[in-house]
Amino acid sequence: MNFDFSDEQKQMRDEARKFLSEQCPPKAVREVLDGKAPYDKALWKGLAEMGFLGVAIPEQFGGAGAGHLELCVIAEEMGRALAPVPFSSTVYLAAEAILIAGSDAQKQKWLPKIASGDAIGTLALFEGKGNPSPKAINVTANGGVLNGVKKPVADGAIADFAVVAARTGSSGRESDISLFIVDLKAGGVEVKSLTNIDLTRGQAEITFKDAKAEPLGAAGEGWSVITQVLDRAAVLTAFEQVGGADRALEMGRDYALDRIAFGRPIGSFQAVKHMLADMYVSATLARSNCYYGAWALSTNAGELPEAAAAARISATQAFQHCAKNNIQVHGGMGFTWEFDCHMYYRRANAVALGLGSLSYWEDALIDRMRKKNAA
Amino acid sequence: MNFDDTQQEAEFREIARTWIAANAPKEFEEELSKSSLGRIRLAKHDMVEVGKAWQKKKAEGGWACLHWPKEYGGRGATPIERVIWQQEEGVYGKLTQPFQIGEGMCGPTVMAWGSEDAKRRYLPKLASGEEIWCQLFSEPSAGSDVAGLRTRAEKKGDNWVVNGQKIWTSGAHYSDYGLLIARTDPNVPKHKGLTMFFLDMKSPGVEVRPIKQANGMQEFNEVYFTDVVIPDSQRLGAVGEGWSVSLTTLMNERMSIGSRLATGVPEMFEFCSNLMLEDGLAIDDPAVRSKLASWAVKASGLKYTSYRAISALSKGERPGPENSIGKLVSGLMLQDIATYAMDLEGAAGSLTGTDEEQANGQFQQMLLSSPSMRIAGGTDEILRNIIAERVLGLPGDIRVDKDVPYNKIPTKGR
Repeated sequence: MNFDFSDEQKQMRDEARKFLSEQCPPKAVREVLDGKAPYDKALWKGLAEMGFLGVAIPEQFGGAGAGHLELCVIAEEMGRALAPVPFSSTVYLAAEAILIAGSDAQKQKWLPKIASGDAIGTLALFEGKGNPSPKAINVTANGGVLNGVKKPVADGAIADFAVVAARTGSSGRESDISLFIVDLKAGGVEVKSLTNIDLTRGQAEITFKDAKAEPLGAAGEGWSVITQVLDRAAVLTAFEQVGGADRALEMGRDYALDRIAFGRPIGSFQAVKHMLADMYVSATLARSNCYYGAWALSTNAGELPEAAAAARISATQAFQHCAKNNIQVHGGMGFTWEFDCHMYYRRANAVALGLGSLSYWEDALIDRMRKKNAA
Repeated sequence: MNFDDTQQEAEFREIARTWIAANAPKEFEEELSKSSLGRIRLAKHDMVEVGKAWQKKKAEGGWACLHWPKEYGGRGATPIERVIWQQEEGVYGKLTQPFQIGEGMCGPTVMAWGSEDAKRRYLPKLASGEEIWCQLFSEPSAGSDVAGLRTRAEKKGDNWVVNGQKIWTSGAHYSDYGLLIARTDPNVPKHKGLTMFFLDMKSPGVEVRPIKQANGMQEFNEVYFTDVVIPDSQRLGAVGEGWSVSLTTLMNERMSIGSRLATGVPEMFEFCSNLMLEDGLAIDDPAVRSKLASWAVKASGLKYTSYRAISALSKGERPGPENSIGKLVSGLMLQDIATYAMDLEGAAGSLTGTDEEQANGQFQQMLLSSPSMRIAGGTDEILRNIIAERVLGLPGDIRVDKDVPYNKIPTKGR
């Protein structure tokens, strides 16, 4: 059994951590947090130069052709650093959708631009409140144009293109849904920024009025592709969450060692120690579930749906738990704008919802476990 | 990343599998598979006798305590081979319960601190199950603070004379030998006045009394010592070094990688899949699904955490500290699951009868037994301290009795 990343993959993680600690310190995250820029353009360029944007994109389409295990490793570091760039929407959602369903021409057109940092992509799925469901899709596609409103769309305001889920039938079945690629800079597209709890990552509302759209994959296959994309993104996002959880735990631990109260480091009080020990427990459980998800993702195993849901649930819980208790360990200082704790708290709670909420994935996990038990 | 054996591991697994297929007591397979949640029942046979027979057979075939050196009754196997053996031994591993304290704690302590003569005399018989060992550490006034123990050992010529009481001793009633820590000097601080011994449990003055537990069962004992004589040759480590010696024992207790902890999740999943509520099956209820999912990811998290440790062993590395979370997570989870399963049954959830409920009273039994899971082998609180101090590097607690002679430490709170 070798249930671990390889030495090369660990080396890549070290490189990514070093790069991000230099190019993406908390100060850089704060530029976006404070509204001085919509995202960190220099960092985005740098990530492209490092080859991180195209790490899982095949070489023939301009990527590094490494694979999904390598992407998991990078994702963890992105989460740790709270990188304020459209990495997850471009790489986990848009690129994966094109890899799964795109024609050769579509892959040639978009993937090299993603790898080089010249195109930002996203997935336009949600239409107001609620979790992923074919029933919730009312944007229509007719005669090659889209009409309707998508929100929230992650990084929608800075994206160049979007993969859009739209309704092409009215049978009431999943096969009513098809996917399209829309150039967001073309006519018939209105984009409005929306404020959200994570100020380091944008959300938008996108209105399509006879916007030109190119089919992605076969008509009626859209929901099946969405499900696959969400499972892959669940694993990759879970790695980001584990990276964030680990960092929040470290911040809490470091503060507990430094801060003196009642004449001793607060980390010597059991109430604080036990809180940190419990954070370690949830982060460890999440990491182990993520490793299983990484294995399933990289081998395209039949276990991926169940593994992805488990990784997603575990990592969501761990990041929320660690980010929340990191503030608690810091006491009043943790509730200041000046300390970084709130940036992790914001990210933990926003990222918990982006691919569908915790209860959505809990529901999915039970369905998938039942299916397996029945088989 | 893969779950495959190396070629060497696969060969070893094949040898183990073949041997087990030819030698395992298959007549007990079904009963053992049905024993879940740490409760092993054999309707018509004595567990210890059946266990001893299996252990003896294993010893003859070279499969007992296989990670120990050959001269002490083992096989000289690598840590990963031991894990593979445990995986292959499967349900028959449940028969090793009476020997686990000996194999996991007493044996390694004798191996680290005993004389060569003692090692050759005692370890092979411990390994083969011919002689069972128990561990005599906890006392009524010394649980988590085990260094505060009161049992006295006084030197008389070449012997020691022991007086006092131990508690929570699993298997004392069928054990042949015991590993005993006692106070040999009450005039120095508590950690410095302890010494480790081993003794024949049939020695005059040793009295074993079963404890009736909160769950109504009797699995643990109290052991009383009245003028029990132990020869100085049965001392392990120097006089006053008992605390260091005990750390060998306790470290081994927590190194049990690959041992599968019961989580209650498979049982709960099956229960919810079959339980009909007013509006349909329990498993179709969103509240039930949410809880079930949270428990399921804890159980899978524990499983894959142990896989990470096994991978480290396979590469010849030392596993990281991750495995320290196992008992902390599973103990609390068992208790929560039992409580919730009974909640789903409504008023009937309190009934313990085995015939009317689908789950055969297993959750009621789990509820009543689970408090001990959170206490035995390190309380939840001690385990959190260990994670906080050894893994996260947080400072130890302030110990007000650290430098105080043992006989000056207050013994009453008010």
